[in-house]
Amino acid sequence: MATLTRPPEDDAAPAEIEGSAVRRGDRVFRGLALYAGIGVLVVMGAIAVFLVWRSIPSLTSNSVNFFTYQEWFPDDNPPTFGIAALAFGTFMTAIIAMIIAVPIGIGAALFIAYYAPRRLAATMAFIMDVLAAVPSIIFGLWGLQFLMPNMFGLTEWMNDYLGFIPIFENTQGIYTKSIFIASVVLAIMILPTMSAITREVFTQVPQAHREAALALGATRWEMIRVAVFPFSRPGMISGAMLALGRALGETIAVALILSALFTINWHITEPGGNTFAANIALKWNESGPNGLSALVASGLVLFVITMVVNMTARWIIARRAEFSGANS
Amino acid sequence: MSVTTRPTPPAEVRGVELTGKTLPRLAPLYSGLIAVAAALLLNVLTSVQGVAGTAVVAALLFVAIQSGWSFAVEGKRHAVDRLATTLIYATFVAAFAALVAILTVTVAKGVAALSPDFFTETMRNVSPRREGGGIAHALVGTLEQVLIAAAISVPVGIMTAVYLVEYGAGKRLSKSISFFVDVMTGIPSIIAGLFIYTFWVLTLGFERSGFAASLALTILMIPTVVRATEEMLRIVPNDLREASLALGIPKWKTILKIVIPTALGGIITGVMLAVARVAGETAPLLLTTFLSQNMNWNPFAGPQASLPTFVWDQIASGTNASLDRAWAGALVLILLVMILYLGARIVARFFAPKTS
Repeated sequence: MATLTRPPEDDAAPAEIEGSAVRRGDRVFRGLALYAGIGVLVVMGAIAVFLVWRSIPSLTSNSVNFFTYQEWFPDDNPPTFGIAALAFGTFMTAIIAMIIAVPIGIGAALFIAYYAPRRLAATMAFIMDVLAAVPSIIFGLWGLQFLMPNMFGLTEWMNDYLGFIPIFENTQGIYTKSIFIASVVLAIMILPTMSAITREVFTQVPQAHREAALALGATRWEMIRVAVFPFSRPGMISGAMLALGRALGETIAVALILSALFTINWHITEPGGNTFAANIALKWNESGPNGLSALVASGLVLFVITMVVNMTARWIIARRAEFSGANS
Repeated sequence: MSVTTRPTPPAEVRGVELTGKTLPRLAPLYSGLIAVAAALLLNVLTSVQGVAGTAVVAALLFVAIQSGWSFAVEGKRHAVDRLATTLIYATFVAAFAALVAILTVTVAKGVAALSPDFFTETMRNVSPRREGGGIAHALVGTLEQVLIAAAISVPVGIMTAVYLVEYGAGKRLSKSISFFVDVMTGIPSIIAGLFIYTFWVLTLGFERSGFAASLALTILMIPTVVRATEEMLRIVPNDLREASLALGIPKWKTILKIVIPTALGGIITGVMLAVARVAGETAPLLLTTFLSQNMNWNPFAGPQASLPTFVWDQIASGTNASLDRAWAGALVLILLVMILYLGARIVARFFAPKTS
């Protein structure tokens, strides 16, 4: 940003015999490119530094354990707040969303890559990409106004027939604004991420591997099992992790759907639950200075979690890239 | 497996079919019809009722009938194959149904409050309970914020990509930039808002404004622009660069006049996709701007509305009139994003780089 204000190069300067071997224009242009690249690194570093710096005041003022306390009263005197309930809600919604979205995403990717008529495949891939482009506020509005009223039947059925499993039990008889509904919306949101990345690795499976399997008499499913899955496992794992990163950080859709309660409730069809990101959005405008700092602290935890998830995913992809040369 | 000798088959083998038994070609259709008929029958006779219940029963019956039939005739391997095929089709239908549900519901509910006035009026002096009002202020806000974000992130993104492809190939710095650009793609949007708030508002002391929102969007846009540009620059044929350099043209001019123009179509596509992505972002705007019901042309001072925060605000009001406005705003937002998205595809198709 500030790096773009270097003086423009002087084209009209007369050529000197004893000049340097590198043209001035080249040096300036290379510098611009280099500083832009370094700027990206600086921004990443600055995000970490500023989040840490600005969360210190609230963390030192906190009179309870930040990691195990459930309630959120950072503006009280003494301040008491903790991320236990937020962490629970964040991971619970993300994990349920993954359980729904990973098989469907892989299945849809397989369909587009190997089952759909070839002429339609590009259109279908485009349709999945369109789903990725829908803004999260629309998912939230849709989940709140359309999906929630239409899921009573399913959640009631789960309580009636699967209620013996504790997490499906609903002791309140109220089925709105639950972690389960938020998870379904999240699942739809991360579906295109999952599907697009796995589709990409599926199309990279060497044709020779697939044809070899088919020539040996394998059915299409056996071909997928013996030729496609082993080759694309790292890509599928990293696709799932990138989708997980998106689910963990999703804000608006979750904030609209969950009724923000700071409790750990294992009954996923009951109202309640809260996530790091949703809590920041909901509490932002009603927080005092220490409250804002506390929200920054919870954002820092979210940042670290998503960084770890994303870096692991990228690391898996990078490692695969080194090996795949021998395969293709 | 002696293939070479080829003895004439003994008399008793002649006339025996060499292929295994298979189901008729339309077996899935037959199974489906039987399953639907049985489900409807159950619907009438038993307590399994409702559209959803009947559909689920029909689907389960279909899987059972087809798998059982295939197992009896074709054997286990083909039965598993048919089951897998059914499930894979079902997953795509599920994903497709979700998209259709979102689009149709948004269109159906969005048209209620949509009118020409909706685009020209603001929410000034419109109480939540009253109908009317519009999104003119939000459109202006979104337009300004996204344009400023693009104006910052496009040059930075393109130059970063130029460094990665043209200058930094194989260097450690370039590898770490590349890695962190990837990681940056996965930063939750709310973290970008938090960072700009702590940096721009808390530390530098500026007020929350449309420009602060643009800065947050910039952080979300840069990685997308870098990735798209990098990919495009990489497929520009080396022959072009070498031909230009061999004519004595400086490297920077080669990049500006040969490499980037060749890749321009893809770069524009990437920028449009990045714009489409950030135009719908809500979370960072909530942290970095104050919501406004009035027109504010100045992104550097005062509260400024935007389309996503308009929708958020109307949902929060919660009255029938405001929910109608929220849906209408959502419809406009989705149309905006879709137009950008389709436009990007069209640009990509017509200005595809000329590869060697």
